[in-house]
Amino acid sequence: MMGKTIELVCPAGTPAALRVAVDAGADAVYCGFRDETNARNFPGLNFSRDELREAIGYAHGRGCKVLVAINTFPRAGSVGIWRAAVDDAVRSAADALILCDVGLLDYAATRHPETRLHLSVQAAAATPEAIRFYTEAFGVKRVVLPRVLTVAEIAGINSAIDCETEVFVFGGLCVMAEGRCSLSSYATGKSPNMNGVCSPPSHVTYHEEGEELVPRLGGFTINRIPRAEPAAYPTLCKGRFATAKCSGYIFEEPASLNAGALLPGLAKAGVTALKIEGRQRGRAYISAVVKAFRQALDAMAEGRSVDLDRLLALAEGQTSTQGAYAKTWR
Amino acid sequence: MRPQVGITLGPVLFNWQPDAWRDFYARIADEAPVDTVCLGEVVCSKRMPFFAELMGEAIERLERAGKSVVLSTLAMPTLSRERRLMKDLVAGFDRVIEANDMSILAQLAGRPHMIGPFINAYNETTLAYMARRGATSICLPPELPLGSIQTIAAAAEGVAVEVFAWGRSPLAISARCYHARVHGLTKDACQFVCGEDPDGLDVDTLDGQAFLTINGVQTLARSYTCLIGDVPQLLEAGITGLRLSPHTCDMVAVSRLYRDVADGRCEPQAAMEKLRLALPEVTFSNGFLHGVAGVALTGS
Amino acid sequence: MPNAPQLPALLTSAMRLLPTKPLELALSRLMISTAQRHPDLFDRLGPHAERTIAIAPTDVPVVFLLRPSRDAPGVDVRPDGPMPACDAMITGPVFALVDLAEGRLDGDALFFSRDIRIEGDVEAVLALRNALDGEGLDLVAEVMAPLGALAGGPERAGRRCIELLRTVIQATAPREAAR
Repeated sequence: MMGKTIELVCPAGTPAALRVAVDAGADAVYCGFRDETNARNFPGLNFSRDELREAIGYAHGRGCKVLVAINTFPRAGSVGIWRAAVDDAVRSAADALILCDVGLLDYAATRHPETRLHLSVQAAAATPEAIRFYTEAFGVKRVVLPRVLTVAEIAGINSAIDCETEVFVFGGLCVMAEGRCSLSSYATGKSPNMNGVCSPPSHVTYHEEGEELVPRLGGFTINRIPRAEPAAYPTLCKGRFATAKCSGYIFEEPASLNAGALLPGLAKAGVTALKIEGRQRGRAYISAVVKAFRQALDAMAEGRSVDLDRLLALAEGQTSTQGAYAKTWR
Repeated sequence: MRPQVGITLGPVLFNWQPDAWRDFYARIADEAPVDTVCLGEVVCSKRMPFFAELMGEAIERLERAGKSVVLSTLAMPTLSRERRLMKDLVAGFDRVIEANDMSILAQLAGRPHMIGPFINAYNETTLAYMARRGATSICLPPELPLGSIQTIAAAAEGVAVEVFAWGRSPLAISARCYHARVHGLTKDACQFVCGEDPDGLDVDTLDGQAFLTINGVQTLARSYTCLIGDVPQLLEAGITGLRLSPHTCDMVAVSRLYRDVADGRCEPQAAMEKLRLALPEVTFSNGFLHGVAGVALTGS
Repeated sequence: MPNAPQLPALLTSAMRLLPTKPLELALSRLMISTAQRHPDLFDRLGPHAERTIAIAPTDVPVVFLLRPSRDAPGVDVRPDGPMPACDAMITGPVFALVDLAEGRLDGDALFFSRDIRIEGDVEAVLALRNALDGEGLDLVAEVMAPLGALAGGPERAGRRCIELLRTVIQATAPREAAR
């Protein structure tokens, strides 16, 4: 007999994407309000208060949970905006809040003691000591682990803590420890931690220069892409740069995370939930990825194996990596 | 009457040779008008053994010169060896500790301590929570704008509030070592190549724009944060300390200029000009403070 | 690595002979009915609703100037030529543009594919794409919506036509040599 099954946590940037994710077999969907309180504050995305209430109704009607991410760090003097987001999410019957700021966790734990709290990856809690701080201080029930750990390290953490862990298995990959990066802020003035945006489109330009496509961010050249190469969005840490030693993708290639092959290992490491990144992605993508992982997890629960990579042939041709889960990545 | 402002020398973020490290702190002890000196390795635990045996001597000399010595901890301990090391440091060090990561902060509850710039304390409620647990001082995250600094300082009740006022601003930390990566090495067999770049390794864009600096697992700005021209506004905002981050430039001269401006003996703009003349190859920035791109320099 | 199907050059040339006014009228009407049916679109677009976005299919000899404005939505159709006054311009084969509008391609995939090029206000383009995706917009359904109850048959027929055309073009289009 299998023990408890692993929960599949899927992104939704819009109500339409949420319905698609629910229908495709998500166990839980995460989303955020249409403002600076969530870390995917992109134009045209996210939920109004009314949309969140309706979306939660839709998900609950189909046995799916909704987790609301309020995972930027409140601006000094305007903490009320973030507290209102917490109150409204609780009032909308969200199944859990995903938070990172110590002050906001304190507020949520005090004001809404019955509400389930998850620690956002933005809190970058990568050790048992840090995790125990959040569980003991605020009763956090689940920690989303930062993408800096190997599978063996994750197993070690799980044996040393008494809360659930959630790990990213697919989608965009932060090369830097999340919640501890102000590269975007340095180039554009817009910060992931404060404004919920990284490499914001408002500061992106594209120019065709000869045979090359040249994306710039805040005036800084992020890449020069030859005609024959695919072009990725100019996320700062995934650009080509030059040092005296070498030039190229100094930090990371424009690859996305695919830990599909590691699912059994992650299950064995004691992980409670698997998270798919991509609240900025469209319905078609969400549907394809969620269905593929649903099949893979169902098969795993029945002791079968499936070729997840084949299921995930998304025709994008983008290269993928196992990121920090494989020690060689470091 | 100007409020008294403290000057803190932050930890050396780079991998300096042991001799250079020892000479640096000897000179700081003897000549620099700084009140507090943070010692300790923040970026990479592999560098620690090189100056571990020099620590005692440096602490003694700095304290003899009347400086408060603070121990800064690793910004991202993950390996069990690093976690043990941090635990031992916290238990064995009888002076003030500056926490740079939540796992260390967790161990300091109930004991007076400092919050380092690598901990996310972006607002007054977070600082209030940390103060209740024993934080007595904080160096705010470098990307905070003046408005936030002012709000936090006004609400800080007894917690000293310091800003990152000089040097390449730390921007990111990773599990991956970029120094090893650009040298074609692995992190575990890095040959300590970061030691070749005592102010970090320059990263340019493909169009030759000076952009970033890498320092092992850390990424910093290329420009030097320079808030010397903003000191009057910072004092008005209620900050109690200015943090200078060590570089290979003459840090004694830099700290004297900051001291003079803070004490009203030198006009901020005149001090800025002196720094420009002394460091013609360095680009200055203060954009974070002014709520624009960090790389920008405004108001001078 | 562009790989979206292109309309045959002959068809593109033939289209030059068609008048643009009726198309402009039809599209403006479509835009207004879409706006009425999807008022949330404008909340989602926020300030970007007032931007003018040029859509320039490389295989259709016209440029569409889109104003998703809440008060005065509309579409201008111009013959292709120099870049018109606009906040942003999206260029690409017409089928790639339809995929974009219908959510088959999303923001990330769009940048990844070299089929589509964006100039000007990248944020406005992303906002529009995200907003359309958020509304679950279906172009064929929007075209047929004003026909009301009559639409069932024509809608299915329209969909079949588009799919057929896509398949035919994909099958006959010359493949890029280097993939």
